[in-house]
Amino acid sequence: MSVVNLPLKDQRTTPVTTGADAAAEARMFRRPSEWRIFWEAFSRDRLALGAAALIGLVCLAAVLAPVLSPYDPTVGDNSLRLAPVGTPGHPLGLDGQGRDILSRLLWGGQVSLAIALLPVAVASIISVVLGLVAGFFGGKVDMLIMRSLDVFFAFPAVLLAVAIAGVLGPGMLNVMLSITIVLIPYISRVAYMATVTVKNELFVDQARVSGARPRQILFHHILPNTLSPVIVYGSTLVGIMIVLGAGLSFLGLGITPPKPDWGIMCADGRNFLLVAPHVSAVPGIMLILVAMSFNIVGDGLRDALDPKLRR
Amino acid sequence: MLKFLVYRVATIVPVLIGVSIVVFLMMKLIPGDPVEAILGPAATTEKIEIVRKSLGLDRPFYVQYFRWLWKVLQGDFGTSIAVNVPVSQLVWPKFWNTVLLTAGSLVICIVVGLGVGIVSGTRQYSWFDRLSMSFTLIVANTPAFWLGLILMVVLALYLGWFPATGMYSMRAADKTWADLIHHMVLPAITTASVSAAIIARLVRSSFLDVIRKHYITALRAKGLSERDIILRHGMKNALPPIINIVGLQVGYLMGGALFTEVVFSWPGIGLQIYSSIVARDLPVVQAAVLVTTFVFVLVNLGTDVVVAALDPRIRRA
Repeated sequence: MSVVNLPLKDQRTTPVTTGADAAAEARMFRRPSEWRIFWEAFSRDRLALGAAALIGLVCLAAVLAPVLSPYDPTVGDNSLRLAPVGTPGHPLGLDGQGRDILSRLLWGGQVSLAIALLPVAVASIISVVLGLVAGFFGGKVDMLIMRSLDVFFAFPAVLLAVAIAGVLGPGMLNVMLSITIVLIPYISRVAYMATVTVKNELFVDQARVSGARPRQILFHHILPNTLSPVIVYGSTLVGIMIVLGAGLSFLGLGITPPKPDWGIMCADGRNFLLVAPHVSAVPGIMLILVAMSFNIVGDGLRDALDPKLRR
Repeated sequence: MLKFLVYRVATIVPVLIGVSIVVFLMMKLIPGDPVEAILGPAATTEKIEIVRKSLGLDRPFYVQYFRWLWKVLQGDFGTSIAVNVPVSQLVWPKFWNTVLLTAGSLVICIVVGLGVGIVSGTRQYSWFDRLSMSFTLIVANTPAFWLGLILMVVLALYLGWFPATGMYSMRAADKTWADLIHHMVLPAITTASVSAAIIARLVRSSFLDVIRKHYITALRAKGLSERDIILRHGMKNALPPIINIVGLQVGYLMGGALFTEVVFSWPGIGLQIYSSIVARDLPVVQAAVLVTTFVFVLVNLGTDVVVAALDPRIRRA
């Protein structure tokens, strides 16, 4: 298990300063900040860096959709229905109702990304609390929390998400709620395992022996170390949840048309597969690219956050 | 081994009870009054009261739960609201169709996953390894419903090699296994895609781990053929984590089959859940989720037992 915040003091010996500019010298040989260490390790992984850049670009484009989008994503031009990729003025073509696919892709990105990012963030926070409490206190609290989560763990994830979203009815909030519920047992297990492992590390014993209070141990020593596996797992999950969220929209359980999202866009093209395959293909390729990027970034983070793997 | 078996079986009892409570509550927490849903907006207050009493909905939650559980244990899931037949009649045949689809997908997963994984794992950084690892990364992130559409367009609608939808040909006389398999190819590939990619990647890393162990080097030094080393000796140690992940993927296949079934109109439990959700036919959703989860729990139990049987280190822990 990764131990991120262990001091690395002994690895660089401070040289004797002879020159006048001792301050600059000291700056040079100071232990680099955790962020710097992380960034140096992460940026060495070219693939992960590229994937992170792609995610940043897609997020930015989605946020800027009101500015960037050339047409209204909900209003169609019937004279150009199903026009292919590369039509002048419509680089990604038009869909079955004559709506510009590029515009829908940009606006749909807002929904598709939010459907995955927000639930993963919310579920991660809840899960870290649950896993930390269960792992740190153990005993009956552990039993109560982890055994109740086992129950949700027992459901096939996709089925549970579909059932909850279906029971609650369509709507973006309901989809996000269902995804959050599905995620909590998975992330909690990761946080719990990390907590239990870190709790038994020697540096925690050392802190305890030197008189740290339980609260200090929990927040200063254990929490930072449970965060890194959760962040790694979470970033991989975002990719999976983008696909699941799109799937729920594809089934008609997500946001309500005519608002676009990548899943609904795939579904829209179903009736024109032979004449205009691009209507479904374009949002699908977008889904794959973004999901894959989150996966690659997750791998990159795992390597960069683990002191045993970096350098 | 017996001790492990008893312990493991004992742990699923509270889980199953919990699952039944969650499924029961899920249907209770839906917004709206089920009685009003049955009777429609024109129902009078007295009539609503009568129906509520006859359904036992005036009793406390826990009484309702135990009544429901008692019936479920006898195989009675109530009556479908949408089509007015016993739910069990609706669910079990559909469930069987999903089992068939899952079995087909599982065969693909194991053959492709093991094959690609072993070749990649034993020839690290070869062109095959690089190609297959990039390919599996893409496939593992491909939405199944989208892959299904693409396969349908290319292989069914354009090339006409496979039927696009359904489980059997329209003519009733044609219900043969060959016909079934012909219909199953595309849905099975679609369902299997993500899992096969994940299994391939895991098999690869599992073999990479094992192949570096000292006992493999010792076997090489003794002059065993590379095939014997990998398939006989390497396999033994690589297999437990692989079986573990394959077992988990079975559950994923049963859940993920939902998308495939909707795309290819495969008359399985997923399509049933989907159409029941659309029709707000909640008793059917309830039963279908319960049955699928129950089987999922049993599959996981079976996987754990097999792994423990293969790996003495686990059953003694």
